[in-house]
Amino acid sequence: MIATFLIQDGVTNGAIYALLGLALVLLFSVTRVIFIPQGEFVAYGALTLALLDGGKVPATTSLLVCFGAVAFLFDLWSMRRGTDVGTFVRSLALNLVLPGVIYGITIVLAPLDLPSVAKALLTILIITPMGVYVYRIAYRPLADASVLVLLIASVGVHLAMMGLGLVFFGAEGLRAEPLADDNYTIGALMVSAQSLCIYGATIAIIVGLYMFFERTLLGKALRATAVNRLGARLVGVRTHLTGVTAFTLAAAIGAVSGVLIGPITTIYYDTGFLIGLKGFVAAIIGGLASFPITAIAAIGVGLVESFSSFFASSYKEVIVFGLIIPVLIWLSLSGGFHEEE
Amino acid sequence: MKIERLLPGLAGIVFLAIIPLLPVPPFWLTILNNIGLASLVTIGLVLLTGVGGLTSFGQAAFCGFGAYTTAVLSTNYGFSPWLTLPLSLIVGAATALPLGLITVRLSGHFLPLGTIAWGLALYYLFGKIDLLGRYDGISGIPPVEFAGYRFMSDGAIYYLIWFFVIAVALGAKNLLDSRIGRGIRALRGGGQAAEAFGVNIVRAKLTVFVFAGVVAALSGWLYAHMQRSVNPTPFGLSMGIEYLLMAVVGGSGHVWGAIFGASIVLILKELLQRFLPDLVGTTANFEMVVFGILLVVTLQLARDGLWPFVLKLLPKRAARPLPASDDKLAKRTLAPAGSSLIKVEKARKAFGGLVAVNDVSFEVRAGQVVGLIGPNGAGKSTTFNLITGIASLTSGSVSYKGQPMTGDSPREVAKHGIARTFQHAKILPDMSVLENVALGAHLRGSAGVFRSFLRLERRQEATLLAEAAVQLERVGLGAYRDRPAGDLALGQIRILEIARALSADPAVLLLDEPAAGLRHGEKQELANLLKKLREEGVSVLLVEHDMGFVMGLVDHLVVLDFGTLIAEGKPADVRKHPAVVAAYLGGVA
Repeated sequence: MIATFLIQDGVTNGAIYALLGLALVLLFSVTRVIFIPQGEFVAYGALTLALLDGGKVPATTSLLVCFGAVAFLFDLWSMRRGTDVGTFVRSLALNLVLPGVIYGITIVLAPLDLPSVAKALLTILIITPMGVYVYRIAYRPLADASVLVLLIASVGVHLAMMGLGLVFFGAEGLRAEPLADDNYTIGALMVSAQSLCIYGATIAIIVGLYMFFERTLLGKALRATAVNRLGARLVGVRTHLTGVTAFTLAAAIGAVSGVLIGPITTIYYDTGFLIGLKGFVAAIIGGLASFPITAIAAIGVGLVESFSSFFASSYKEVIVFGLIIPVLIWLSLSGGFHEEE
Repeated sequence: MKIERLLPGLAGIVFLAIIPLLPVPPFWLTILNNIGLASLVTIGLVLLTGVGGLTSFGQAAFCGFGAYTTAVLSTNYGFSPWLTLPLSLIVGAATALPLGLITVRLSGHFLPLGTIAWGLALYYLFGKIDLLGRYDGISGIPPVEFAGYRFMSDGAIYYLIWFFVIAVALGAKNLLDSRIGRGIRALRGGGQAAEAFGVNIVRAKLTVFVFAGVVAALSGWLYAHMQRSVNPTPFGLSMGIEYLLMAVVGGSGHVWGAIFGASIVLILKELLQRFLPDLVGTTANFEMVVFGILLVVTLQLARDGLWPFVLKLLPKRAARPLPASDDKLAKRTLAPAGSSLIKVEKARKAFGGLVAVNDVSFEVRAGQVVGLIGPNGAGKSTTFNLITGIASLTSGSVSYKGQPMTGDSPREVAKHGIARTFQHAKILPDMSVLENVALGAHLRGSAGVFRSFLRLERRQEATLLAEAAVQLERVGLGAYRDRPAGDLALGQIRILEIARALSADPAVLLLDEPAAGLRHGEKQELANLLKKLREEGVSVLLVEHDMGFVMGLVDHLVVLDFGTLIAEGKPADVRKHPAVVAAYLGGVA
């Protein structure tokens, strides 16, 4: 009985880690960015949902407007030597109008007692454009840097986003209301509707990503950019567009994860980092390349975590993060010789 | 050493020494102490990340090992802090060694991720162990005592901290400016060139890793006796990230930049913690927002950090004169002319179904210049890689003076006295031309880490540099000696590679397309140089495209086509060989 409970707990957490891991693999394979701050999107998402539950206008909307404004300044700076009207209007619409509209929508909708699905969708709407701005502000100027430089930059973005989370949400933790309160009993198992939502969303996103990369032209362009940036550029792929797409997807996945995890645990401004790192462990086991291995590994991480929290609770984190070292060794040995050019 | 060269350093030391005597507010002394402690860790990180190319987020954990060692021993067992100092360093080294053995084998971006993983795991471990006081830590650590004087006040421990900072910084500078240091500095470019001249790459990486671990442990030891208590917080991942921020902001390739970076970050932190709460209205640690932005902006605008800008403001120092050297390096006794040196027998290399080199056999004899030619894709470079140990044989063998070399690493090949150049020149652009050449003489020196750190190997180092200078003169690059190698033109870089190979005192010289990119006059000079080497008894194997260059020079010619040896012999005979004509002119000529 305890074992089934632990398994269920592990699988539920693992599914969340899988979503994070998938976003990390997606970002790395397209932009070569090892995106440490993915967990911050999760925390932002969960906290936004929790505030919407309380009928408040979440601080993330103001944050979104700030991000957009900074991104617009970056655009202006790169347009300082002249530009055409189209580019300017597009930048204006994306960076200033879009966040403004979302801000307006939120102010109108927040006080109304919306159904929980609508609140979840609103949360995703608020968080997703942040991916675009984070890419524009932090990574686009570094597009040609090495993986290591991008990784160090990611740590910087993580610090900034986590700190902003503290500024905007404060140090107190929040817990969102579940999307659905029902519980189902299947044999000896008690399954909550919330965990069913988690499983469903994870599977849907895995299938969606697979279809996107295998069946659509944009998906293929993204993969081409990942393999050879210059080559993709030469055959007409707009590599910045692929970067924007990847970050938008990642932010959306992050927001979904936040909406899903918000109701099962209390989220603080800094919770995202640890959750994100567990997704990382999975993504690394997947070699930062394979979606299915990452998803399976994430479930494994969830299980290891739930069992070790039962049998050796004080060493839970030591075990989960220590686990990654043998994996890294194995990957390095089997990966052959890489030379960073 | 002339007094002018020492002047800026002495002025700096005097300045540091009088600060506590001035009426500085005590909190500034605290900040300076913290800067000193962070500088120690950051200097290690500069060597590890900036110079060695190994990014670590986990350095704070090594501070923890140093701090906890002395905390436990001096509180529970009454050890004197002076006794725990070496013990702390040993514990730092003893943990860095196994962790390093694992970490340096991680490739590319897995390495920093690995450091994040163990950085986190160790932090949680510190907080879980009863002996270490769990998350509460250990308090009541005695201060350091010297001849009855207790280093209690900020002003007192200030001298202790900065003594170690300056000693470690000078030691690190010494280490980089040595035979071992050249090997470490070569790591960042992938280390292939260094390995071809006998540098043990894994060992060089491990050396910097352990060095960084030991200086971090030293910082931890000082921290424990300054703070008089320890808990896990300052040894977690976020401190590790902060140390990396200091290294990046300061300039990750510069030892003094480490101190500069630590100062910027910690002073900024102090200012932010003081003024930001008034600005924002609450008292939370918002400095991480600023730090995060600072890190990203530094990478975007000044990837080499801020120290290079400071260097630009300072008056330029004259290049150091070449130290005088009376000793001569031992020369290798060369094999008698005509005896077999390199023997390739039925060498075969298959990449899956593609056979790049198909059972090729040939020989390089002492005192010969052998040319390996063939059209594009003939398998010349692959053959070259099989001999130099970069690629492994599918079947067949390569031997040197009858000893099998099959399966030898490039480093072991170099030990036989086989020196090489690269088709795509592999020089270290930031190092001076002289230092690049001196890398070639790596195996002719013997000084290790400790002697280099303490600058006890100056005599040997002078001999190595003198040898490098001789080889530079010999190839005609003497005028460029102190310039960064990256300033040279492509043709000069190829010549530089030859000088580097020559400073290894080779028995056999392997040249991979040495004439590519050279002008006509340069080619003639190169041909004359190679002829002179032949007269001295050095054997040469060269891969080349330029037929005119090869024909007038070589004694023996080996022609490959589609991985197969189609002809060999004297150049004049090979030229008329029908298969060679067909291969070069195509079809049934």
